[in-house]
Amino acid sequence: MKLVIGPGLAAKGYWRDLWRYRELMYFLAWRDIVVRYKQTVIGVAWALLRPALTMLVFVGFRRLMGIQPGRAPEPILVFAAVLPWQFFSSALSESSGSLIGNANLISKVYFPRLLVPSAAVATAFVDFLITLGLLASLMLWYKIAPGWHLLVLPVFVLLAFGLSLGAGLFLAALNVEYRDFRHIVPFIVQFGLFISPIAFTTDKVPERWRTLYALNPMVGIIDGFRWSILRGQPPLTPSALGLSLVVTGSALALGVWYFRRMERGFADVI
Amino acid sequence: MIAVDNLGKRYRIRHQPEGQRYVALRDVLASKLTSPLRWFRHVVQPPASGPKDFWALKDVSFEVKQGEVAGIIGRNGAGKSTLLKILSRVTEPTEGRVTLGGRVASLLEVGTGFHPELTGRENIFLNGAILGMTRAEIIRKFDEIVAFAEIAKFLDTPVKRYSSGMYVRLAFAVAAHLEQEILIVDEVLAVGDAQFQKKCLGKMGEVALGGRTVIFVSHNLSAIATLCTQGFLLSQGTLASAGRVDRVISDYLNSSTSAETSVKFQGKGTSRGPVVEIVSASRPTEVLTNGTEFNISYKVHFAGQVLVNFFFYVHREGSLALVATDLHKPVMSASAANENDVEIVWTIPAYLVNPGWHSFGMSVVSPDASVYHAHVDDVLSCMIEDDNHRRGPYFHQAWGGAVGPLLNAQLRVIKASSHD
Repeated sequence: MKLVIGPGLAAKGYWRDLWRYRELMYFLAWRDIVVRYKQTVIGVAWALLRPALTMLVFVGFRRLMGIQPGRAPEPILVFAAVLPWQFFSSALSESSGSLIGNANLISKVYFPRLLVPSAAVATAFVDFLITLGLLASLMLWYKIAPGWHLLVLPVFVLLAFGLSLGAGLFLAALNVEYRDFRHIVPFIVQFGLFISPIAFTTDKVPERWRTLYALNPMVGIIDGFRWSILRGQPPLTPSALGLSLVVTGSALALGVWYFRRMERGFADVI
Repeated sequence: MIAVDNLGKRYRIRHQPEGQRYVALRDVLASKLTSPLRWFRHVVQPPASGPKDFWALKDVSFEVKQGEVAGIIGRNGAGKSTLLKILSRVTEPTEGRVTLGGRVASLLEVGTGFHPELTGRENIFLNGAILGMTRAEIIRKFDEIVAFAEIAKFLDTPVKRYSSGMYVRLAFAVAAHLEQEILIVDEVLAVGDAQFQKKCLGKMGEVALGGRTVIFVSHNLSAIATLCTQGFLLSQGTLASAGRVDRVISDYLNSSTSAETSVKFQGKGTSRGPVVEIVSASRPTEVLTNGTEFNISYKVHFAGQVLVNFFFYVHREGSLALVATDLHKPVMSASAANENDVEIVWTIPAYLVNPGWHSFGMSVVSPDASVYHAHVDDVLSCMIEDDNHRRGPYFHQAWGGAVGPLLNAQLRVIKASSHD
């Protein structure tokens, strides 16, 4: 085996290397999960407590605002939205800071840097899977049986994953270059919570604003989650879904492109 | 096999306000908004590479054959770390090319990626994966690693509770069991106790015998001399010398300090306690031979009252300390209120050392040597020439051995027999 190093040559064979180092991504994600649960007293319960409390607050908020409950039990309606949102927000916060957090690795060892933010997203994904269990027990409690729509859920999970990864990569790379981005990420997360249809459903948004609203890619993803979990209710708008797909795809492409472009300089800057 | 061809690495030194480590987007935007004209000019016509560019490496070419152990030496800032970072692919070169004939394992730091919260067992897996081992490889080597590190009892204890010795042993054990064809090792042996260092050196020697190529960087010239067959000397980013390791080491000693017969040091100035600083060091300017005694002198500055002892070292060819001695009895510096300068002169007697490169160092220590107030090493060096006095008409080869003192020797005939 022969390896040639030269200016600009690192790009060659990058994806092959990424595959070869796939186990490292597993180990990085595993480290983050183990360390997190070792450091907290309540351990895994932490992954459940946050979305459960968020859900309760939003259900209470709906009552206060006098939003009419639909056919579906409100906790499930809200939880179906909290689930992808929680995943996206924690994946985004963790991946955007992941390069800085692993600076010692990056300046000492070679591996495709893409692994680091990806592992952070994977860590958030594990929490997501745990929370999914909570949703299942909620559905049992309310005796809501899922329909065939549930089979489409993985597609929306994949979308949420792609969006988190794309945005995470972009912000992670920006964070290395401009350190003040770490103050911007919490703001994005906080702001996103209010402009995404979590406390309410998208049909509460006036008709003429819907397309503009759907530019927020989380709108399509959250709608999709609700649709799959609550047996096609409320119905999906294909145009909004398509828009969400396009935005997510572009975010992922932009994230990977920008990350790859900046990656070469990470070790020199970090 | 490693072939390095015209390698160069340029760093852009960014203009950054004093005391600010990072670039903030805020400042970039602000500077573009406040001086759009300057920014525009830069876009249209980028400024030619000026003093802001810094070449950490320039036109470096060399080759290391398979199974060879090459040592890289040079002063701080000579480009050693940059070279290692390029070879281990952490950073890309600006120009030139490196061809590596195999997988590379780089050990630029002991225990890269160790997490204090994780147990020894968990860290073996994590660190192994970071260094490029697969899970299957780690599982296969696991017992060997644990045995080498001598930590079997503490395998399931978080490494934050390890002593620093255990930590280093575990970290090196993982690295020592890498299977890559090329091993790049930075100054990692500087840590750990002497016995373990020896074990590591032994392991590295084994690695080389196994047909793998090793590149080794260290300030420990004796480690370089024992381990390496080939040496490379870097100086200010360029290759100053290459070849057999003993030649390169003597080139290094030659280049680094030979010109200087006296060296002045800049005081660091501690905030607390008495100040002890070695201010300068000097050696005779004339050519020195092994047949004449000569003096090495140091000036030491004291402020405040402190009881000290002085250690003095002579290193031969940059390796082992040939002489390590002290002042026999501690001395007290001036009273608390006073500052004073002290000169201390060490006399090296005739015929103590054999001809060769020698360097000198001194420490000012507390009487029990638990505190090193000041320490200078390898700052003065010189060639001790042969005075040819002892040789007589027949013997013209170099002296073997490091020291050649005149010993009392008596010769008497025990038995005389005649053949008639």
